[in-house]
Amino acid sequence: MLTRTDMMALTPVILVCATAITVMLGIAWRRQHAVTVLVSALGLNTALLSLFLFGELGTVRTPMLVFDSVTILGMGMILVSSLACATFSHAYLDGFPGAREEFYLLLLCAAAGGMVLTAADHLATLFFGLELLSMPLYGMLAYTFRDRNSLEAGIKYLVLSATATAFLLFGMALLYAQTGHLDIPGLVAGMSSGVGPWALAGVGLVLVGLCFKLSIIPFHLWTPDVYQGGPGPAVTFLATASKVAAFIVLLRIVEAIPAFHGAQAQTLLAALALLTMLAGNLLALLQANLKRLLGYSSIAHFGYLMVAIVVADKLAVETSGIYLITYLITTLGAFGVVTLLSSPYGGEDASALHYYRGLFWRRPYLAAVLTVAMLSLAGIPFTAGFIGKFYIIALGVEAQRWWLVAGIVVGSAIGLYYYLRVTITLYLMEPGMQRRDAPNDWGLRAGGLVVLLLAVLMILMGVYPSPVVHWMSLLSLAGS
Amino acid sequence: MILVWLILIPFIGGLFCWRAERWGDKVPRWIALATMLLVLVTTLVLWWQGDYHLPKTGTPEAVRWAIEWHVPWIPRFGIDIHLAMDGLSLILIALTGFLGVLAVVCSWKEIAQRVGFFHLNLLFILGGVVGVFLSIDLFLFFCFWEMMLVPMYFLIALWGHSGSAGKTRIRTAIKFFIYTQASGLLMLVAILALVFAHHANTGVYTFSYLELLGTSMSEPFAYWLMLGFFIAFAVKLPVVPLHGWLPDAHAQAPTAGSVDLAGILLKTAAYGMLRFCLPLFPEASQAFAPVAMALGVVGIFYGALLAAGQQDVKRLIAYTSISHMGFVLIGIFAGTSIALQGVIVLMVAHAFSAAGLFILSGQLYERLHTRDMRLMGGLWGRIDKLPAFTLCFVAASLGMPGTANFIGEFLVLFGTFPVAPVVTVLASVSMVLAVLYSLLIMQRVHFGPAQGEVHFSGLDWREYTMMLGLVALVIFFGFYPQILVDTTLSVTDEVHQLFTSGSVGAAIQSLAGVR
Repeated sequence: MLTRTDMMALTPVILVCATAITVMLGIAWRRQHAVTVLVSALGLNTALLSLFLFGELGTVRTPMLVFDSVTILGMGMILVSSLACATFSHAYLDGFPGAREEFYLLLLCAAAGGMVLTAADHLATLFFGLELLSMPLYGMLAYTFRDRNSLEAGIKYLVLSATATAFLLFGMALLYAQTGHLDIPGLVAGMSSGVGPWALAGVGLVLVGLCFKLSIIPFHLWTPDVYQGGPGPAVTFLATASKVAAFIVLLRIVEAIPAFHGAQAQTLLAALALLTMLAGNLLALLQANLKRLLGYSSIAHFGYLMVAIVVADKLAVETSGIYLITYLITTLGAFGVVTLLSSPYGGEDASALHYYRGLFWRRPYLAAVLTVAMLSLAGIPFTAGFIGKFYIIALGVEAQRWWLVAGIVVGSAIGLYYYLRVTITLYLMEPGMQRRDAPNDWGLRAGGLVVLLLAVLMILMGVYPSPVVHWMSLLSLAGS
Repeated sequence: MILVWLILIPFIGGLFCWRAERWGDKVPRWIALATMLLVLVTTLVLWWQGDYHLPKTGTPEAVRWAIEWHVPWIPRFGIDIHLAMDGLSLILIALTGFLGVLAVVCSWKEIAQRVGFFHLNLLFILGGVVGVFLSIDLFLFFCFWEMMLVPMYFLIALWGHSGSAGKTRIRTAIKFFIYTQASGLLMLVAILALVFAHHANTGVYTFSYLELLGTSMSEPFAYWLMLGFFIAFAVKLPVVPLHGWLPDAHAQAPTAGSVDLAGILLKTAAYGMLRFCLPLFPEASQAFAPVAMALGVVGIFYGALLAAGQQDVKRLIAYTSISHMGFVLIGIFAGTSIALQGVIVLMVAHAFSAAGLFILSGQLYERLHTRDMRLMGGLWGRIDKLPAFTLCFVAASLGMPGTANFIGEFLVLFGTFPVAPVVTVLASVSMVLAVLYSLLIMQRVHFGPAQGEVHFSGLDWREYTMMLGLVALVIFFGFYPQILVDTTLSVTDEVHQLFTSGSVGAAIQSLAGVR
């Protein structure tokens, strides 16, 4: 039975779903782009507010969902990135010839799915959340379907994601066959007397399914094309909210299920982490397309984050929180600039690097935002990214995982090359280049304000991180 | 609070420069000049008023730093914003202020594009360097250490000269950045390992320099951590196998960039070794000293030999820097009080002479539009005054008695002799090579057959004043180095005590007593 407390804890999810339904009914009644955006933003903001209000309930366990501090953090991040995506899409879809309003419907559904996923305490909710997150994303990625690349991105993600889901489902079935439980505490109890072969296989398959969403190498093949082809706001959501949600659920599972704590499983995870951070950075080196480059860069960043999965102790949860926050604001900022430059929609996104040549001399503040975002991704001190990198290295050193630490150092050194390449491009003046440009009043629009705010946050968190650090030090997963 | 202002003034000035560009090219230059003069004057006032002499034994802790400023930053890990100044940092900050003024003045005509943004970057570098010299919280130190690379990167990449084919300035800038940043990350790992080792001993997280001093660790572990610090500093110094970025960076940086690089950025590395590498890991450093000194000797010879073979004036000067920094490295790892004083004098002297030579080659470039020495020759008599100044700085660079460089090199060799006579002998031999490359500059550029009949304009009053000031300083410190020695004696003495006393524990005990 749902109690009153359960209902209160569920309020944010309910609010987002209600907003989705409102938007749907609104569209059926009358198409109004601005109103749709306003309603979506209002709903998301209310959900965010309720999250703050009910976040102090402490750990609440409903039959299938668990609301602990990590859930609250994850939901907050998903809501924030959905809000940012909604504002970016407003500018982006302004010139889109087709129907514009459904995009927000999809966005809200995906946000609800992500929120469920961060709270998943049961394989059924895990699956449900993951699918609710992915299904709308197919639509969002292929939203500008008259552009071949966008359509390709949508279909590619659909096919490969469905394959990964099949793995996930099969893994769940095996887990059920071995233990007879689908809820995570039950699974843990079922494995307490030793991990059987079926359960081990099941755990491995679930890992594959989730690694696909996080584009951990070797399950990353979809990433570059989808990032490049998808419309800006959709890719922004894919790179932030979707990955945050999948990472949190992976962290939860790895922390809880004893099958991941064996020496061999740890070695496997460490190898995945090392491979991902190195290969992600290497593959990004020679990209000439900013969105593609950011795709590889996000692979590398989740390689660094895998260190937290490998170590999986108290500090690892804290590190994940810090790193996810820094990654979120930085990635939102970077994709925000790309989206603003591609707004209003006029064919393919302005993502080739040569569009960005000399941007600083035309749009100094927009270029400054992208510069800060690049420096933050590269982990330069006094930006948010450095705090994240500091935590990850500290975690590796604390757990004495010297190979992973070496991987982070080498990966970051390689990463510098392409981040700096993008940065310097912004400042090079060459006449006669073809250009895409943001509208003149970009700074006064919602999207522009969000981007500027994100840049301020990136620097603020680099200069004065202690509030966030304090908040994250209180973070812990609900024991199962 | 004055320490915070020392760091903030360049940053604020830089932002003003950027925004002031709309009022014309002159405004940012004047703002930048005023900013750096302010930093310089403030430091000199602090020098005048403060007491930087050796603290008498038994005095309380406050004496250790002349000025100190302390607020918590990230309490979770015991990270503080902890700034402190003693004689060593004071001298280096004064140097930063002075060379900052020079850098602004010498780019007065050279930089014609995007003046505001140029000065933003220039001042940000200087602000970062001041931060490096003042921070004694390891986390803060690291932040400034890495942060100052970013504006330097922009300086080289945007205002640099394109070199020969395949060596574009952007490539050079990226090379510089990756070298220094990657080695910096090694230092971060070492810092963190040190902090966790301290945590394991005491249960307290802290990044404070004084607290971490004397952390007990197993010997191999300390050796690894010391290497982490050493490599980061060695790349910046540079020590020979890790010097790859330096000649390119110098050759392609604008004059102001070269002045900053040679004059200040290289010194941050020597400062780091003196302040962190030796005191934090005295035993490991001592074990490593023979290797370091050998690397120093290799650097001296390598730099001098390659300098003699260069065609590009700035590359030549860059290689002489490598050679001079070899002396610094030897002096630091000799660890005797005299050698350490020599290191400080040599650092200051090298900053002046290298800055002078780089500015002169910048002035040559403005007139001849080349840095290729094969296209020069016979310039004496064709340019007013410039060749004579070159002669002065070349003499300083080869360590002529009467210049500060001589005092520095002499003290280093003198102080090293009791510890490592072989190294001293070898290093002294290299003086011959120094004469060789120095005379080559004069011969190829200013004497020899003239490559043309054109007479170039002489130095205007701006250039003339800069050069005269530098020459005066080189000679002043050549005759009266005592002022540097007096100011830094407490620092060199402490490092010497930590480094050479047989039992490190006892030294730390006695130091703790002093504090």
